[in-house]
Amino acid sequence: MDTPLVIGGKSFSCRLFVGTGKLPSSHIIPEIVKASKTEMITVALRRVNLSRPEDNILGYIPSDVVLLPNTSGARNAEEAIRIARLAREAGCGNFIKIEIIHEMDYLMPDNEETIKATFVLSREGFVVLPYVMPDLVVAQKLVDAGAAAVMPLGSPIGSHRGLRTKDLIAMLIEKIDIPIVVDAGIGKPSHAAEAMEMGADAVLVNTAIATSSDPVATARAFSLAVEAGRIAYLCQKQQESIYAQASSPLSGLLS
Amino acid sequence: MRATESFLQWLDFDIDGALASVDETAVKKALSKDVLSPFDFLALVSEAAEPFLEVMARKAMELTAQHFGRAVLLFAPLYLADYCQNQCLYCGFSARNRFPRHKLSRDEIEANGEALYQQGFRHILLLTGDSPVQTPVDYLEEAIEILSRRFESIAVEVYPLEQHDYQRLRLKGLDGLTIYQETYDRAVYDEVHPSGPKKDYLYRLQTPERGALAGLRWITLGALYGLANPIHDAFWTAMHLVSLKKFYPFVEWGVSLPRMNPAEGIFSPRYQLSDKRFVQFLLAFRIFFPTVGITLSTRERPEMRDILIPLGITKMSAGSHTEVGGYASEEKTVPQFEIADNRSVEEVVAVIRSKGFDPVFKDWVGVV
Repeated sequence: MDTPLVIGGKSFSCRLFVGTGKLPSSHIIPEIVKASKTEMITVALRRVNLSRPEDNILGYIPSDVVLLPNTSGARNAEEAIRIARLAREAGCGNFIKIEIIHEMDYLMPDNEETIKATFVLSREGFVVLPYVMPDLVVAQKLVDAGAAAVMPLGSPIGSHRGLRTKDLIAMLIEKIDIPIVVDAGIGKPSHAAEAMEMGADAVLVNTAIATSSDPVATARAFSLAVEAGRIAYLCQKQQESIYAQASSPLSGLLS
Repeated sequence: MRATESFLQWLDFDIDGALASVDETAVKKALSKDVLSPFDFLALVSEAAEPFLEVMARKAMELTAQHFGRAVLLFAPLYLADYCQNQCLYCGFSARNRFPRHKLSRDEIEANGEALYQQGFRHILLLTGDSPVQTPVDYLEEAIEILSRRFESIAVEVYPLEQHDYQRLRLKGLDGLTIYQETYDRAVYDEVHPSGPKKDYLYRLQTPERGALAGLRWITLGALYGLANPIHDAFWTAMHLVSLKKFYPFVEWGVSLPRMNPAEGIFSPRYQLSDKRFVQFLLAFRIFFPTVGITLSTRERPEMRDILIPLGITKMSAGSHTEVGGYASEEKTVPQFEIADNRSVEEVVAVIRSKGFDPVFKDWVGVV
C-alpha cells in the first residue's frame, strides 16, 4: 500500500507532474489533466498573460490542480527571485520551480545560483522546487537552504535521452530525505517508469507530451508508466524487507 | 571584443575552395550528425544539398519542436523615425532619397504603443534610420520609457550604439537588439555604403558583442541576401553566431534571413536568393543551430510564411507597418521596404493555429 507524496503540505496521489511550455494550445490542458490524472502542472510565468484573458494559460488549468509556476528565462538568482515574487503577485500561489539557466544550448541549470535563490525564496514562504544538475552535495545544500523537493535532470531539457544521470540521481534518492522529482530528458514512458522503479518520488514531463502527435494519449501513457514504476518500486522494497528479516539464515548453524 | 576577433579569421577562409569538395556524401554526413562542423553547414547550404530538402525539412521540424515546442512568438515592429545620414544604395530611407522625413512625438509614440497593445502585442521592436542628431540616445531612452509601461519586451533595430548606451537603455526596459551586418563581404559592404558612419564595417560587426556585454537578453543578427554571394553571407553569418555563442552562451541568440525587396530608390540586387535556396538556407540554420531563434519578417509573402511556420521559425511579425508610426495614423509616409504579407494580426494568428502551433504574444516578464 502506497502513501501519498507530500510536498509543501499538499498531498499528491498521482506522481506525474506535467509541463505546458511547448503545447500547441492551452485548450487541451483540461483533457491532459483528465487523461493523466496529474495534480501538478508547471507553467512558465513568462507566458502568463493576465491582460488577455483569451490567451491566459491559467484559465485552462483546473482549480483542483496545484500550479507550479517556473522561473524560465532567469539567468541568475536575482532574476529568479523577481519572477517568483511576480508569480505570487499574479495569483499563482506559493509553489515555485526555480529554473536558472545561463547556457542556452543544453539549458544546464546553474546550481550555485539556484541554491542562493532557494535560500531567499524559502524564507519568504515559497514552496521551492529547484531544478538542478544531480549532485549530492548541491542537493544537501538545497535541503539546508529550505527546498521542499529536489528536481534533478535526467538529461538535457527536450533531449528525450532518458536517465543519463542515473547513478547521480540514485545517490540523491538514497541520501536525501525530501522528495526527488526527476525533471527533464524523459522522452518515453519507459524512461518515466525507470525513474520511478529506482525510487524517484515523482517525474515531471513536458516536451515528450507537448510535442507528441497526440498529447492527451501520451499524457495517459506516461501516467500509467509512472504508476507501474511506482508499484514495481514498492514491491521491490517489500521484497528487500522480507529478505532483511531473514537475513541471518546461518546464525543458528554458526553460533 | 573576443568574439569578433575570433570571427575575423573566417573572413579570409576560402569558402569557394571548401565548397568545391562538397558532394552528396558530405551532405549525408552532415545530416547524420547531432553536432555539426562549419564544413557541415557549408554542405547544407551548397547546391549538393538541394536534393535533400525534404530530409532537411523533417529534421528541422523535429529539432524546432524539441527545443521550442509548438509555439511562435508574435512581435510588432514600430518605426519611430526615418531620418538617415547613410546612403545605403539598397534602402528606402537612404539620405539620397528626397522625401519628407518624420519622427514620432511623445504623444505619437504613446498612441502607436497603445494601438499595438490593443492588438495584443507585448513584444515590440523599435526602428529608426541612422541619425544620432534627429534620434539621439536620449530620444530612444524616452521612447523606451514610454513603451515599457505597456510592453514586456522591447528591442531596438537602430544605428549601432556604444556598450554604455545599450546599458543605459537597458535600465529603461530595453532587452533585445537586432542588427544586420547587411553583407559580410567587405568589398561589397564598402561599395553599397558609399558614405556615412555605416561605412565602418568593423564597428558594425562588433555591435552584437557590445549588446551582449551590455547585458541584453535577445540579440538577432543576419545578412541582407542579394547584396553579395548568398552562400558567403550565410556561411559568415553562421560563423559570426558561432563565435558569439561561444563567448556569450547566456544570450538568446537569433538569426533572420531577410531578402532584398523593392525599396524606394533604384537598386537592382546583384544576386537573387530563390525561394528554394531561401528555404534551404533557413533549414540549414535550424539544423546547424537547433537552439537559435529564427525570425521571419513581413518581407516574405503569405504563402511562403505559412509554409515556413513549422520548419524552424520561432518569431514572426504580423500586421506590420514599415512606415513611421503607421499604427495610429492615416497619414501615408514612405516605407523602408515593401511588405509582402499585408494580413491582419487575426489572420496570421488563425494561420498559426491551423498549423497546430500556438501564437504567443507574451514570452517574458518586463523588468520595468
